[in-house]
Amino acid sequence: MISLEVNGKLHRVEVDPQTPLLWVLREQLGLCGTKYSCGVGECGACTVHLDGEAVLACVTTAAEAEGKRVTTIEGLQGPPAERLKQAWLEEDVPQCGYCQPGQIMTAAALLARNPRPTEAEIEAAMSGVLCRCGTYQQIRRAIGRAAQGSGHGG
Amino acid sequence: MAAEKQGLSRRRFLKVSALGGAGLALGVYLAAGGEPVKGPVEVWPEAAGGLKPNTWLMVGGDETVTVRVNHTEMGQDVATALAMIVAEELEADWARVRFEIAPAESVYKNPEFGAQLTAGSTSVRTTFEPLRRAGAQARQMLVAAAARAWGVPEADCRAQKGRVVHAAGGRSLSYGQLAPEAAKLPPPDKVSLKDPASFSLIGRDLPRLDAEAKATGRAVFGLDVSLPGLLTATVVHPPAFGQKLKRFDPAEALAQPGVLRVLEIDSGLAVVARTFWQASQAADKLKIEWDEAGRIDCDSEALPRRWAGLAASAEAKKLYGLGDPEEAAKRARRSLRGAYELPYQAHATPEPMNCTAHVRAGRCLVWAPTQHQDAAQEAAARICGLGYDRVEVHTTYVGGGFGRRIQVDYVAEAVQLSQALGAPVKVVWSREEDTRHGFYRPASYNLLEAHLDEAGRPLAWRHLIVGPDDKAQTIPRLVSSMVPYWVPRGPRNLAGRLSRSLAPRFAAGSGAGEGAAPLPYSIPNVRLDYIKDDPGVPVGFWRSVAHSQNAFVVESFLDEIAAAAGRDPLDLRLDLLGQNPRLKRVVELAARQAGWGEKPPRGRHRGLAAHDFHDTLVGCVAEVSVSPKGEVKVPRVVCAVDCGLAVNPRGVRTQIQGGIIFGLTATLKSAISVRRGRVRESNFHDFPLLRMDEAPLVEVHLVPSVSPPTGIGEAGVPVIAPAVCNAVFAATGRRIRRIPIDPRELTRA
Repeated sequence: MISLEVNGKLHRVEVDPQTPLLWVLREQLGLCGTKYSCGVGECGACTVHLDGEAVLACVTTAAEAEGKRVTTIEGLQGPPAERLKQAWLEEDVPQCGYCQPGQIMTAAALLARNPRPTEAEIEAAMSGVLCRCGTYQQIRRAIGRAAQGSGHGG
Repeated sequence: MAAEKQGLSRRRFLKVSALGGAGLALGVYLAAGGEPVKGPVEVWPEAAGGLKPNTWLMVGGDETVTVRVNHTEMGQDVATALAMIVAEELEADWARVRFEIAPAESVYKNPEFGAQLTAGSTSVRTTFEPLRRAGAQARQMLVAAAARAWGVPEADCRAQKGRVVHAAGGRSLSYGQLAPEAAKLPPPDKVSLKDPASFSLIGRDLPRLDAEAKATGRAVFGLDVSLPGLLTATVVHPPAFGQKLKRFDPAEALAQPGVLRVLEIDSGLAVVARTFWQASQAADKLKIEWDEAGRIDCDSEALPRRWAGLAASAEAKKLYGLGDPEEAAKRARRSLRGAYELPYQAHATPEPMNCTAHVRAGRCLVWAPTQHQDAAQEAAARICGLGYDRVEVHTTYVGGGFGRRIQVDYVAEAVQLSQALGAPVKVVWSREEDTRHGFYRPASYNLLEAHLDEAGRPLAWRHLIVGPDDKAQTIPRLVSSMVPYWVPRGPRNLAGRLSRSLAPRFAAGSGAGEGAAPLPYSIPNVRLDYIKDDPGVPVGFWRSVAHSQNAFVVESFLDEIAAAAGRDPLDLRLDLLGQNPRLKRVVELAARQAGWGEKPPRGRHRGLAAHDFHDTLVGCVAEVSVSPKGEVKVPRVVCAVDCGLAVNPRGVRTQIQGGIIFGLTATLKSAISVRRGRVRESNFHDFPLLRMDEAPLVEVHLVPSVSPPTGIGEAGVPVIAPAVCNAVFAATGRRIRRIPIDPRELTRA
């Protein structure tokens, strides 16, 4: 039995503690916004937040997530996150959409610690999240737009 | 355009071959004049109410307009484009327009293929006119209903943004208000379409209809399908192609938590559990012995040598001929030759193969991220012994298709397992299984030869292709789903068997030669030949099919000609495009926007390529830099595109950008290699995709056009490899004749 705080709600799940968080979210809690693509930490599609930090849920065990705040795309909220999601729509980023939750979660963690990232900082933070459709150009613009609207200096 | 002229267009070929292969069915089909097609009453849900004038759209009492999209939405933004076409003629309020992906029904077949199939960049091209008519039909009914309600002539009423307005009377009614009365009127046979000059939606940059669902995690992909009592299975396929299961010991796997069954199915060994994680953990514990007997004998490293040998000795099939290249060669001032190699390529869709099926009470329900609803339905019907009317196919959002999901192997697995277990089953492949069990873009070997006149213009051009053919393998796999619905099981299966023996012979070259000839350039003597040699690695349709290979070969070799003749690559192309003003214009636009002829930024070099993909013309300039270690970077790409009327220019630009990125992965990073019949790559560490820090800024410039729209989902892919490699030549003087580019080749002394 593992206790997990996901999107502000406490869940007790009957699961092997070594199970990757990805599969606990998807198969035990029904939170399917977090995607499986590589399973080995190579693509970033499964990115969620652990105490606000971006982590790869496919290589994070349920045990490692216990006692921490887990945030998934379904629970991503607050003014910076809303700005980011709005920017995502204004730049019309998604194509097939499969990697997008991972992209947005990674970008949200970046903006939370660095509200006005430079181009190089955006690249450094985002280059671990693969997009086979090639939406990178729109992702850059969306993050830039969200940062512009952040009102923070930088 | 090139392939169309040749009579070898993929779509036309598939259609013709499907019928031809069907043999017996053909006569019956023609005699019956086609097949029964359902009307709006049958395809729309009964409870929905509102106006259902045809099978394409419904106007609800709540003002919502629902458009049925008969193609798979896999990122190419087809849903938005098709909804725009309907909304334009309907004069709908765009804010009220929704879409749904059509279920498998004969009325939703793609006329290019005779099957419900999203392929060949045909979606907008084939639905533009039907959807305009569908929208106009509904608009006329709504106007008629309003005119009747007010007792005024229809000519005095005008449809506009979801309302019918009677200006003289200063009144209006909304579509939702009018829908119940309009529904009582007979749908008009004759419709009047808008003058394209008055289009108010088509031609505008509109945002995707599915963006919000995808940006919030709410979009349901195949992997996200959930049903009560759903079991999850994962499949272990034979490690080498051609192998069969010999024996296995499931004991240890069965002892793992949550594991219910280990089952042999046609394609391999399935582990069924409560969850995917449990199934995949248990799959690692299976003890399996695979039969060595059928293993294909393929080592991809040895293929170029083998194919070079065949090119020198084997008899070739002529695919295209113009003039007399041999005679012309005698008059030439100089000649050049080059051999080009391309590897197998994987689709690497971000969402691994998966499907959910539920076989129960004489029915089969399928939820699949598939590009091919008819093949999914056929697979389920065949396995369950059911008629098509007992098989429902629901298409989910699709995490990348790129042609991989034209095949339906994963659907067959889910249906087989659900049938065996009497429960709903979701089959999910691991990334490793997905990488190693694809239907790959074929590898090829190409021998090029050109003979030039004094001005460096080619008098003669010869191109010999050696390798497998994607169509020769794919047609037999898919034929039985392209036979009309009502053809009984016996002849249907016979059609499949017949085409298995006929297609490899007759289809050979029809796939491999796509995009290689006729050339868009004025070269008076041309010959394209093909030698089929298929080592047995499964091949299929990969975004832009053989255009992705042949554009690289043709446009690189043309660059070789320019270099040999001491001519500017743009200048030579323009010289050879005198008879092809459309492509000439595209090349000029790309060159101008890229600043061709001006000095590039320090350390950067430019390369040019152009290609005609089924009447979508693309010109491309790549700017590259090459480090002392031979690493190639591509910071900027400029494209010009003529795709006829651009329904949604924003969607066109992003598709071209996406195609460039997709093609760059194959140019710079990844390939599939085979050793002893086994794919060596397994995941994104050894089949890496282009990352954001490697992605260029891609500028896309559209040529304004009022010609009917063509396709844009694939056209960006073919041009990028030659544009980059030509730029690398400009930078280093090294000619790249094999991709992906190996940095060691650029540093070799």
